[in-house]
Amino acid sequence: MKDFANLIERLDTTTKTNQKVAALAEYFKEASEKDKLWTIAILSHRRPSRPVNTTLLREYAAELASIPLWLFEESYHIVGDLAESIALIVPNDQHDSKKELWEILEELIELKFKTEPEKKEYVQDRWMGLDYYSRFVFTKLITGGFRIGISQKLMTKALSQVSGIAEDELAYRLMGDWSPSSTSYEELLFGRNEQAYVSKPYPFYLAYALEDSLEQLGEVKDWSVEHKWDGIRGQVICRKGEVFIWTRGDELVTEKYPELATLKDFLPDGIVIDGELLAFTNGEIGLFSELQTRIGRKTLSKSILSKVPVIFKAYDLLEFQGKDYRKLPYLDRRKHLEKLIEETPHPALHISERFEFSSWDEVIAERELAREKRSEGLMLKRKASTYQVGRKKGDWWKWKIDPLTIDAVLTYAMRGHGRRTNLFTDYTFGLWQEKDNGSKELVTFAKAYSGLTDQEFAQVDAIIKQTTLERFGPVRSVEPTLVFELAFEGISYSSRHKSGIAVRFPRIVRWRKDKKIEDANTLEDLKALIPK
Amino acid sequence: MNRPDLLVFNAKGIYCPIAQVYIDPWKPVNRAIITHGHSDHARFGHKHYLTHHSNIPIIRHRLGQINVEGVEWGEKFQINGVTFSLHPAGHILGSSQVRVEYNGEIWVFTGDYKTEPDGICTPYESVACHTLITECTFGIPAFKWKPQEKVFDEINLWWDKNKKDGKTSVLFAYTLGKAQRILKHVDSSIGPIYTHGAVENMTDVLRPQLALPSTTQITRETINKDLRGALVIAPPSAHGSPWMRKLVPYETGTCSGWMAFRGARARRATDRGFVLSDHCDWQGLLSSIRESGAERVICTHGYTDIFSRYLREIGYQASVENTQYAGEKEETETKESA
Ligand SMILES: [Zn+2]
Ligand SMILES: [Zn+2]
Repeated sequence: MKDFANLIERLDTTTKTNQKVAALAEYFKEASEKDKLWTIAILSHRRPSRPVNTTLLREYAAELASIPLWLFEESYHIVGDLAESIALIVPNDQHDSKKELWEILEELIELKFKTEPEKKEYVQDRWMGLDYYSRFVFTKLITGGFRIGISQKLMTKALSQVSGIAEDELAYRLMGDWSPSSTSYEELLFGRNEQAYVSKPYPFYLAYALEDSLEQLGEVKDWSVEHKWDGIRGQVICRKGEVFIWTRGDELVTEKYPELATLKDFLPDGIVIDGELLAFTNGEIGLFSELQTRIGRKTLSKSILSKVPVIFKAYDLLEFQGKDYRKLPYLDRRKHLEKLIEETPHPALHISERFEFSSWDEVIAERELAREKRSEGLMLKRKASTYQVGRKKGDWWKWKIDPLTIDAVLTYAMRGHGRRTNLFTDYTFGLWQEKDNGSKELVTFAKAYSGLTDQEFAQVDAIIKQTTLERFGPVRSVEPTLVFELAFEGISYSSRHKSGIAVRFPRIVRWRKDKKIEDANTLEDLKALIPK
Repeated sequence: MNRPDLLVFNAKGIYCPIAQVYIDPWKPVNRAIITHGHSDHARFGHKHYLTHHSNIPIIRHRLGQINVEGVEWGEKFQINGVTFSLHPAGHILGSSQVRVEYNGEIWVFTGDYKTEPDGICTPYESVACHTLITECTFGIPAFKWKPQEKVFDEINLWWDKNKKDGKTSVLFAYTLGKAQRILKHVDSSIGPIYTHGAVENMTDVLRPQLALPSTTQITRETINKDLRGALVIAPPSAHGSPWMRKLVPYETGTCSGWMAFRGARARRATDRGFVLSDHCDWQGLLSSIRESGAERVICTHGYTDIFSRYLREIGYQASVENTQYAGEKEETETKESA
């Protein structure tokens, strides 16, 4: 545990990627096989399921620190991270720092089945026994969400240096359905576990956003164009008579999409298709927000399945007849894919239509149709491109449409986290709505916090402090005086929102000092942006 | 016992109506008692300044030829029948708490303060009072300072390692206070110490009062290769400025209480964060309030709402007053304040 905590500390104390990789490689060189395996698991989001919920953790921490719960909560709000708050606030005597990482993890697996008093005793004892970083790491292992600036890509790079296995190959081996209890370090890296192999997806090839002009891509005839669909990127695998669906987040979600279960009866065995899971309501492509209503559910009722059916829109063919097709040119892979889908029509398997154009102007014109076709923009793929590993430049580009924007009025403000804790940086915005008697009122419709400079934040903060109407804990209502231009990616009707409208990824584009609050947009203006 | 308050907060600062004197006013006034030299406490434009002797060179350097009078620690002086005295606050060189007594009632304004002796300034002394006006910059239990030896061990190790890697170590610290505290305690046998002009000027002002290792100011003539392995002390505003180009290759570090937070360290975008503050941590605040014996506590800059609520829960009569003091600012800024 101490070694792993030291690793996290080293990763924390540098902002340089190559130093992070070096620290990780050094750790992999020294660590025991069991610790290595667990480290790979943790850094690829395979931690054990949460043994204690965070409400209990907060209570345990406040009790141990002899402070009222509200004071712990306020401090947590300021620190912004639960594990870090606990590491900072709870006292310790460092009596046991000798446990190995894997021992702690096995304890945490067991802990899930213990009674509440046993959980409390165990967790508080560990907290007391560990130093700052070990405690932080220990609590992170319980709560998950290890954001330490080490992507799976960097981890793979470090492991590649230690194991001698090429990065792309290693990325592939580390994917799929395994856990430290089902395999060993040796087997994961060097062996072939048949059972794990059957469900194993390929690493996704991801595109960067187009930076330069289209002309700089060369000849338009070298490029294939398709729409970038707004759903969940995934892979459908049919092997040994079974279907597996993986998301880009390396999550196995087969059970969540029963409409795709019958694919095994349609497609030949030994096949892997890259594509997008999309809501498909009333026979047309739905919005991401509709898909979201299905994602979080534990059980899928008949009514939700009929209300929000899902399709898989196929982009690419990665494996065919059990053979890895990733090194074939894109156009060849697509031809196989198109033929396959044409010959074995399945109601939930659609092809993502592909275009070839004779001028860049035609590409621009196609992008104009994106909102109408309910896509996020275009994907440009070089016809000769292989299917690569991870995010790479050169052969694939995404070219999204510009976001939707609206001018809104600031109505509530909340204190920020961390260094911005004394500043009000999280804002709620409203738009005008006309009431029956003809007067206008502001209706809340979105929250946003990014997009201002530090200097602007400070100015807005000062105005908020001067125009506060009411305080509710960290939140203040303010007299409406400020107008901001907000951008967002998607928009749809929603019964869960007061305004009746949900927007996706709202963010502040600029402070419209030139506008008075009367000049801000209305709710009607916002509704007009919803695709018909 | 319904006596009017000895000190009140008005639009210009903390005011004693009976003596007609301000403490650390933020608007120009006739008579100002100044706790310490940081720019949010010692401002320009007052007709008459009164402060501790050792603070005079500092505010003269900052504010020019002002009309200033110096007093000694604990030296009592009367204004309109009100008795005043200054007591060490342990924040930076020459920093004071202000004790105010009238008809047997005692108020103390802490100014900025810390309880841990830093080897630079006269250590903080607890002053008994009825009402304590305290800052609470770090007034939540998430702040717990390590002893400064440990922090300087970390800084020395970091410098030594950078030196071995052939790099320059650049530490960002406030020019007044933190910079001299670092100079005093780093292991100057590791290598030469260079300074940014702003740090050099302020350090020169303080040298007659402190024993500090020698430093060299970085100028146009400084040769890049001489800086390899050296320690450079610069104000936070130098971070990311063209001035840094001369120092390549370098590693950067920030010394601040805010560096206790991982998020703050990450956003600051320096390579290292060292948790070193000239303010009280949570326990420091609580113990000094306890020792003062005060029944009433007024909280100024920092986590005032949270801190005062907690004080009320544990039995104090605690309230909040808004001031224009900045606390220990975490953002990179051109204006110096702490
Ligand atoms: Zn201050
Ligand atoms: Zn100060």
